[in-house]
Amino acid sequence: MKTVIDTGNYIAARAALMAKPKVVAAYPITPQTTIVEGIAKYVENGELDAEYICVESEHSAMSACIGAAATGVRTFTATSAHGLLLMHEMLHWAALARLPIVMCNVNRAIGPGWNIWCDENDSIAQRDTGWLQFYCSSNQEVFDTVIQAYKIAENEKVLLPAMVNLGGFILSHTSLPVKVPEQKEIDEFLPPYKPKWRLDVNNPITHGNIIFPDDYYRIRYDMQLAQNNSKKIIKEVAKEWKEKFGTYHGDLVEVYKCDNADLVILAMGAIGAEAKVAVDKMQREGLKVGLLRIRVLRPFPDEEIIRIAKQCNKLLVIDRNISVGNEGALASETRACLKDRVEDANVYGFIAGLGGKDVTYNDIEKMCKMVINKKAGRIEWYGLG
Amino acid sequence: MKKYNVKTAISYPKIGAMGKTGTWRIFKPILDKNKCIKCLRCWVFCPETAIKRVDNSVEIDYDYCKGCGVCANVCPVKAITMVKEER
Repeated sequence: MKTVIDTGNYIAARAALMAKPKVVAAYPITPQTTIVEGIAKYVENGELDAEYICVESEHSAMSACIGAAATGVRTFTATSAHGLLLMHEMLHWAALARLPIVMCNVNRAIGPGWNIWCDENDSIAQRDTGWLQFYCSSNQEVFDTVIQAYKIAENEKVLLPAMVNLGGFILSHTSLPVKVPEQKEIDEFLPPYKPKWRLDVNNPITHGNIIFPDDYYRIRYDMQLAQNNSKKIIKEVAKEWKEKFGTYHGDLVEVYKCDNADLVILAMGAIGAEAKVAVDKMQREGLKVGLLRIRVLRPFPDEEIIRIAKQCNKLLVIDRNISVGNEGALASETRACLKDRVEDANVYGFIAGLGGKDVTYNDIEKMCKMVINKKAGRIEWYGLG
Repeated sequence: MKKYNVKTAISYPKIGAMGKTGTWRIFKPILDKNKCIKCLRCWVFCPETAIKRVDNSVEIDYDYCKGCGVCANVCPVKAITMVKEER
């Protein structure tokens, strides 16, 4: 184990290196570019024995990963914003093909106007594709989650692709210290990939053939079961990582100082890290505020949210995304999971930080005080000015 | 043949899984063996593998030939002509 100081993107590249993918197909896009640039360097200097495919678009990047994964090898790619949106069709394909591809997505706003800063609308738009979705709050979590994601995705009870999200610039281009285990230890934690199905010229099969309604309905159901199964696997893998390497970021969620809390903040990504500072500050002032950081959005951590909602009666949900015409995605999903299951739960949705607008611990404290002072409505656009 | 226990769309090789698709045919390829130079382009290009290699030549499997005409199109000596099916 050694400690390195590096940006979220180079840490993601290092994690990918240590997971030993055999194929990396990628197309550059700000603020993701340095991830695949880092991997290209590893391949070039011989540190990583992988086929590095420079493709002409993100749609092709995901298609190449699907093709490679279908031959039974571990694959990696990374993208951001418009690149992720261009992949959308193939994201569905990867999930329905049950291929455990791991991809980093650096959360970035969608244009127009052209904006390269942090915003989660890109990955939120992929919620229904069947991918597991992780949201990281530190560079250490990025490293740990990329490796963990392979182990979870490749588990035979899961077999779904996994997306590891990190905030554009806030993590992607910020250097933070990260504990990196030895390669031998990673190899023990993550053994070589053993595919559960594969294209093989010596045993010819067709994949993606015609499938009639009854069977199609069945494979969709099976994806749902796999997402449900992954909840247990995510917990086991996070626990195993903690025991082996000492770092832990929660499993589906990270529960932070929620004992005796009357008000609990729900947040994802780097806002989740900022919210810890806000919670510490408010608790020192005697306010009963805690944090439930949503680390995994798919599968949706409904049981964990219900448990917290039963213990406190106010939930403040911060969304760095907006499902235009409704509200923030996490707020609406939180309301939906609590409906009829928890009485008297009050959910206050805050839209904040779109297009990289700063969300500091002071802002989070102000949001909490709006709720505490009964100044917050069902949906608040924080800091419109 | 190895079968996989993963619920995704996988199919295994089988002759005639969709029934005798030759009944879909509107035009029928007729091979003139006197003109045929045995270049095997039709065998390579047939999307239904309905052209078989038999005794250093080819034969068309009309049970499964859908009559797409690719073979006639790729034949360099026009040894295959498409003739309207009469039913």
